[in-house]
Amino acid sequence: MSASIALQPGALERYETPSTCEPAWVRVVLITIALTFFAVFLLLPLGTVFAEALRKGWGTYLASLSSPDAWAAIRLTLLTAAIAVPLNLVFGVAAAWAIAKFEFPGKRLLITLIDLPFSVSPVISGLIYVLMFGAQGWFGPWLAEHDIRIIFAVPGIVLATIFVTFPFVARELIPLMEAQGAEEEEAAVVLGASGWQVFWHTTLPNIKWGLLYGVILCNARAMGEFGAVSVVSGHIRGKTNTMPLHVEILYNEYNYAAAFAVASLLALLAIVTLGLKTLVERQTRRQRQESIKASEIES
Amino acid sequence: MSIAIRNVSKKFGAFKALDDVSIDIPSGQLVALLGPSGCGKTTLLRIIAGLEYADRGQILLEGDDASDRHVRERQVGFVFQHYALFRHMTVFDNVAFGLRVRPRRHRPSEAEIRKRVSRLLDLVQLGWLADRYPSQLSGGQRQRIALARALAVEPKVLLLDEPFGALDAKVRKELRRWLRQLHDEIHVTSVFVTHDQEEALEVSDSVVLMNKGRVEQTGSPDAVYDHPATPFVASFLGSVNLFHGRVEDGHLHVGEHALALGDGHAPAEQAVGFVRPHEFDLLPAAANAGGLPARIARVIAIGPMAQVELTRVDGELIEVSVSRAIFDTLGLREGDHVSLRPRAIRVFHNDRLAA
Repeated sequence: MSASIALQPGALERYETPSTCEPAWVRVVLITIALTFFAVFLLLPLGTVFAEALRKGWGTYLASLSSPDAWAAIRLTLLTAAIAVPLNLVFGVAAAWAIAKFEFPGKRLLITLIDLPFSVSPVISGLIYVLMFGAQGWFGPWLAEHDIRIIFAVPGIVLATIFVTFPFVARELIPLMEAQGAEEEEAAVVLGASGWQVFWHTTLPNIKWGLLYGVILCNARAMGEFGAVSVVSGHIRGKTNTMPLHVEILYNEYNYAAAFAVASLLALLAIVTLGLKTLVERQTRRQRQESIKASEIES
Repeated sequence: MSIAIRNVSKKFGAFKALDDVSIDIPSGQLVALLGPSGCGKTTLLRIIAGLEYADRGQILLEGDDASDRHVRERQVGFVFQHYALFRHMTVFDNVAFGLRVRPRRHRPSEAEIRKRVSRLLDLVQLGWLADRYPSQLSGGQRQRIALARALAVEPKVLLLDEPFGALDAKVRKELRRWLRQLHDEIHVTSVFVTHDQEEALEVSDSVVLMNKGRVEQTGSPDAVYDHPATPFVASFLGSVNLFHGRVEDGHLHVGEHALALGDGHAPAEQAVGFVRPHEFDLLPAAANAGGLPARIARVIAIGPMAQVELTRVDGELIEVSVSRAIFDTLGLREGDHVSLRPRAIRVFHNDRLAA
């Protein structure tokens, strides 16, 4: 721990050595371009969201958030995330564990498949579920017979969200677990730990920051997902509208104040996520540095 | 607890890591598995521990077949080359881990755990580090903690995989002396893997030499050093000079020169003589008392021994090591011609070399 703090001053000094520095005007120009770009494309829109949301005062703002439809959209979004994130947490840890600690046939294929939701357009992710569970889909008739609704209902939204957010946790954990190797787990087993104890006492503490980071990203995407959810939702007000979908509907109805009010909640979520992410990133980096440092000492 | 390894074979894909290996390790001994990297010694150690399974053969612990027994139930302690300490736990918690994960009815009380852990930390002389984290320790300290952690569960067998491999030379030497003392104190049957012949010969009660997945020779350190059973053992244990020739009437004929072998050597058309650097007498060429003529190419006279590099007439290099006192009285210098007379030659016939 003390070592990683000691690294910081060294890292700063490196930027300040004259031999590796660009002249002052180059720095000023580059920084100005970067900041201007940042202001115009990121800060300005973000500010606009909040400005538009509050244009008609706090009263309207609160009223549009507490309207039954908006409230339903918020609840549905929270519900979806509450189901999708824990499931992907379990899937992600299981997949990363299998990939990082074991050799098995089809491992490459599994790694590729985990990335599939990232490489496919979200609209297609939604369509897959319509094709499977929709009225004309593979399981459509059977589902209709048993009076189970998946498409244009909450289960479809949850399924599409799970699919889209699947890679976040696994992607974050695989490199971390691969860097750490299986020796600590082996040591724990030899000392008599059961499989569950090995996971709980050695694997989990070593990956906790990476895991949290993955969960934060996963959650942000689960709440913000538009494309895939839009395809399977059916846009039934107060029933199958998540927050992003609700924003779209309000906007299309020229109800700008309400649209921006809901949007401001999503924007707020993004800001909180970024803040948390920065905090956790710092911890992950430290953990990774420690495992790299440990393996450097060893070799 | 005694360990018996019976006809163990293991393949990784097409690679034969172990090929019909059988070894007996008596209770209470400290045994070294010695061999070059890739010879299968670590695989064998992991099979004894149960971290790896043999394709064929058995592992008997105290006479009972343990081949199907889970690692947890084998009562072995394992020390990893890279320590494998739990990085998020303090030294104390690391050592206590094996006791704390026991099922409740076998678990000692927290007070008892405390007592046992501090006793172990005292045993490895690191009681003052109990509250530190592994990343705050030096390599040698980590390895001693790893050892204390392995001993905490009172294993019947202690297995060490290249325990000093990741340490620098000085710490390594200290630690292996310390390991020997520790073993004399606790007398648990121990097997350690190493590729360092000096380490194996210095620390162990008996040495198992392995090469290409097979056991080449087993015996006490001086026995394997003085009486190597195979050419591999002869050349792996310390440096050695090779002489190709034929055996006839008690002499090894190398080119036009004959080296006396003593009795009991069957004639052979093709044979190789092995002579260690310190087994030569160095004589001035004028003495002409038989032996091999050679020319001194280089002398490294530092410390009590002089290392002399000589070239034979055919250009081959010979390493000789003589005491400084003798070398100085001879008054030899680089470029001088001398005669080499081996005091002991181990001869292997070429059919054994092919094996």
